[in-house]
Amino acid sequence: MTQETLQRTPLVEMNNIRVAFGGVHAVDDVSVDLFAGEVVALVGGNGAGKTTLIKTLSGAHRADSGEIRIDGEKVIIDNPRDAKAFGIETIYQTLALAENIDSPGNMFLGRELRTRWGTLDDSAMESETRKVMARLNPQFKNLKVPVSSLSGGQRQSVAIAKAVYYNARIIIMDEPTAALGPAETKQVGELIKQLKAEGIGIFLISHDIHDVFDLADRISVVLQGKLVGTVNKDDVTMDDVLGMIIIGKLPDDVTQTELDDVLN
Amino acid sequence: MLLALADTPDTDQEDPVDARDGGAVVSGAPATGGSRSIGTIIRSAEIDTRLLGMIGALIVMWIGFNIMSGGTFLTARNLWNLTVQTSVVAIMATGMVLIIVTRNIDLSVGSMLAAVGMAMALLQTEILPDIFGIGHPAIWIIALAAGVALGAAMGGLQGVVVAYVGVPSFIVTLGGLLVWRGLAWWMASGRTIAPMDRTFQIFGGGARGTIGGTWTWIIGIAACLGIVALLVVRRRQKIKFGFEPRPMWAEIGIAVVACAVVMGATAVINSYPMPERLAMQYAEENGIAWPPGGLTIPLGLATPVLITIVVALVMQFVATRTRYGRYVYAIGGNPEAAELAGVKTRWTIVKTFMLMGVLVAIASSVQIARLNAATSGMGQLTELYVIAAAVIGGTSLSGGVGTIPGAVLGALVMQSLISGMVLMGVDAPLQDIVVGIVLIVAVALDSVYRRKAT
Repeated sequence: MTQETLQRTPLVEMNNIRVAFGGVHAVDDVSVDLFAGEVVALVGGNGAGKTTLIKTLSGAHRADSGEIRIDGEKVIIDNPRDAKAFGIETIYQTLALAENIDSPGNMFLGRELRTRWGTLDDSAMESETRKVMARLNPQFKNLKVPVSSLSGGQRQSVAIAKAVYYNARIIIMDEPTAALGPAETKQVGELIKQLKAEGIGIFLISHDIHDVFDLADRISVVLQGKLVGTVNKDDVTMDDVLGMIIIGKLPDDVTQTELDDVLN
Repeated sequence: MLLALADTPDTDQEDPVDARDGGAVVSGAPATGGSRSIGTIIRSAEIDTRLLGMIGALIVMWIGFNIMSGGTFLTARNLWNLTVQTSVVAIMATGMVLIIVTRNIDLSVGSMLAAVGMAMALLQTEILPDIFGIGHPAIWIIALAAGVALGAAMGGLQGVVVAYVGVPSFIVTLGGLLVWRGLAWWMASGRTIAPMDRTFQIFGGGARGTIGGTWTWIIGIAACLGIVALLVVRRRQKIKFGFEPRPMWAEIGIAVVACAVVMGATAVINSYPMPERLAMQYAEENGIAWPPGGLTIPLGLATPVLITIVVALVMQFVATRTRYGRYVYAIGGNPEAAELAGVKTRWTIVKTFMLMGVLVAIASSVQIARLNAATSGMGQLTELYVIAAAVIGGTSLSGGVGTIPGAVLGALVMQSLISGMVLMGVDAPLQDIVVGIVLIVAVALDSVYRRKAT
């Protein structure tokens, strides 16, 4: 978080979002925001409601109440197509790949490149995929096989490529490094820094507190569907955040007032 | 497929892999006993080994039947009939592949065949002649168009209930199986409707429903040119985007083999002559003198076969070259991923059921033209043959996997089995037993093969 973001309108504001499944409030009156060129980490235990909250932004779920603003303007996101139209791309925890289709097919799913006769332009899609992969994962060359026969890292690369290819302004990453080894995790970290430098806003959901401290600017903690609070990474320690995740209380009053200063 | 499938060298890098068994193996498994060099040749030529296996099995079966039936199976006459008999099931199987790929099923196609056929028959025998007069050229056009529209509507209705209401397709189309059958009976109170319009009869093959020797050769040659053109275009595309094309020997080899097969098939079709009585009539109509030894006039390709070829080509194009086709496979592979990628999954499923309905209408027009009659009992159990053809052709019931050429070959395998057993004089109940066992064995071998491949 830098000084200049203080004067700007947030890229994304999610205000008072509520989602209920049956009688259970999966997300209960949560508000978070995200500035351009910033990484906001969403942390919390299993079932805290992080993924559900983020799904209302990616269009996978509708919120029962609350509003979403992009560039300060109120928007309605009913389905994934709406979200993509606002420049929101998502890397899902499950990766959301069609296992029987090859990597270019997955990367361009829903946005296929076509020839001037309206047929699928497989060669063009393969060539574009090759270009993106040369940047993301240079060792990954067997693009024409179904995704089901790829390794975890390669599948992750496809899922990430799918999100970064389309000049997104907002990228949501749900556990992007869960299936990866140390080297690949480092690669994703570099990528996040690079995207951030390009001015893209990133919501990062992660279980790994070290990743979070390495990559995030601010950290929003959720517990049992409620927002515990949002803190500036530089103002807290890992133990503070762990305390928030587990106990559901902000570290101390000093941090609270500093936090208010920054947010207002 | 059958035995040949298990023996095929394991080089299915290009094959679709069953999503369920999706492991994390990167490269193809080593060849199982088969010669490595053959495997390498097939791999560098980028040939679909599963399809190759099926063709191998078909050839083995044909030779076997030929020996066991004392040389009557591999005659021009029998092969010509085989192609015609395969048509109705093959046409519908191309649509069933897409239905099954989207993780659905359509049990209603046999009944729908009867209902649509009955509607087309009633139109051309009882309704339209009163308006236009018997034999008017508009009759067959209107009847066919109405049939296609009705098929699309029936399929679309089932699709909407499946996709938007959320009733499992097994239940919806099981209901359809009963409803459409009842409707077929109800439309004519169970009467048999005959005969069809004279022009409409051409759809059935029959005496006038063939295109003659010359046109058959022309189509054969055109097919060869098409194959070569396709190979050239593919090669140029690959080079344009900087991918390594197939080695030249493979390109030429494929072109030579494919053209040889096409020309061979054309020659076989054209060596089946018109029966003498028909030939005499033909000679008379065309002012040809009747020589003492009789005339050998080739019948040529039958219309139903021509329709099947066109349908298969169009469906192959739709499945592999269009967005819609891509979405069908994506939904089969991972419905949630397709939805999250912005695909209109429900509408895609409705379209698939509508397409199935259209194909049923086309198959139905072949059927009623071939019988020259429509009955409410037509197409009973056909749904099972259609599903069996798709499944024998490598379509996975768990969705996401299946090809159009596979389904057409599957239909040909089934019809060859039945036809071979008829020639050998096998009783009807025993035929059913054999077909049933072959279906199970084929799928069992297929799943063993898939498990090994992944």
